Amino acid sequence: MTFRRYLVLAVVTLTASCGDTFLSRGMKSLGPVSLAHPAELIQAIFSPWVGAGIVLLIGFFASYLTALSFADLTYVLPATSLGYVIMTVLAKWWLHEHVSTWRWLGVLCITAGVGFVTRGPSRTEHPAALAKPPEAVQTSVEEAWR
Amino acid sequence: MNTGPMLLATIGMIAAIVVTATAGDILIASALRQIGDLDVIRARHGLTGAAAAVVTNSRFGLGVVFLALSFFSLLYGLSHRDLSLIGPAATSLTFVTNAIAAKIFLGENVDRRRWTAAVFVCVGVALLAF
Repeated sequence: MTFRRYLVLAVVTLTASCGDTFLSRGMKSLGPVSLAHPAELIQAIFSPWVGAGIVLLIGFFASYLTALSFADLTYVLPATSLGYVIMTVLAKWWLHEHVSTWRWLGVLCITAGVGFVTRGPSRTEHPAALAKPPEAVQTSVEEAWR
Repeated sequence: MNTGPMLLATIGMIAAIVVTATAGDILIASALRQIGDLDVIRARHGLTGAAAAVVTNSRFGLGVVFLALSFFSLLYGLSHRDLSLIGPAATSLTFVTNAIAAKIFLGENVDRRRWTAAVFVCVGVALLAF
């Protein structure tokens, strides 16, 4: 793992937690959505907070794809678990949600549990993938590009 | 704490997000494994080449459809429940289901360390309901 790759994981963490917080801020201002009127969910996309949240989540998605291209799914998800803490802090101090002591303990437990996973290897090496020459990857990209 | 129908509705909202997000994550991780390291591809073919390699992969397309379904389930959930409950519960439960699905469908080495982490996450999620 290089510094650049850790930076990608940091971007995944920040954009995901801030994006979700923006979505929550937007949906709370719009009020509860009824299942009888699903079109309200589409309309919600065009509200400022939800729109800003979507922009952040697009950034999350791009960095998430980059991370998945060099690490296992079961490595990327725990490695970005600090987002739970950021999200809870934002919910408490910015959205003024009630976050009980139990929820704080839950967030800490999640973070403690998944945080140490980053000490392990980031990628499962499959024999087939190891045998695959770099040219094979290049050829498939060129085919896609054509 | 939630009780009765309210608790069932909360579980339903979280389950919808978790199931669709897991399907989307597994499909997209599988697609990226097929494609290869995006940094390497970008170095050789530029940003457009990397983007083309991703968007022309059919498995990636199907994954995006599931993630879109997950997104709208999340919006619905956030309009009814607190972010501090829906957000961590849905995303951390997705971590557990992803660990199981990644072992089965992607053949990832989910070792003791990763399973222990999954147990910690489950306990954490249980605490979030209080």
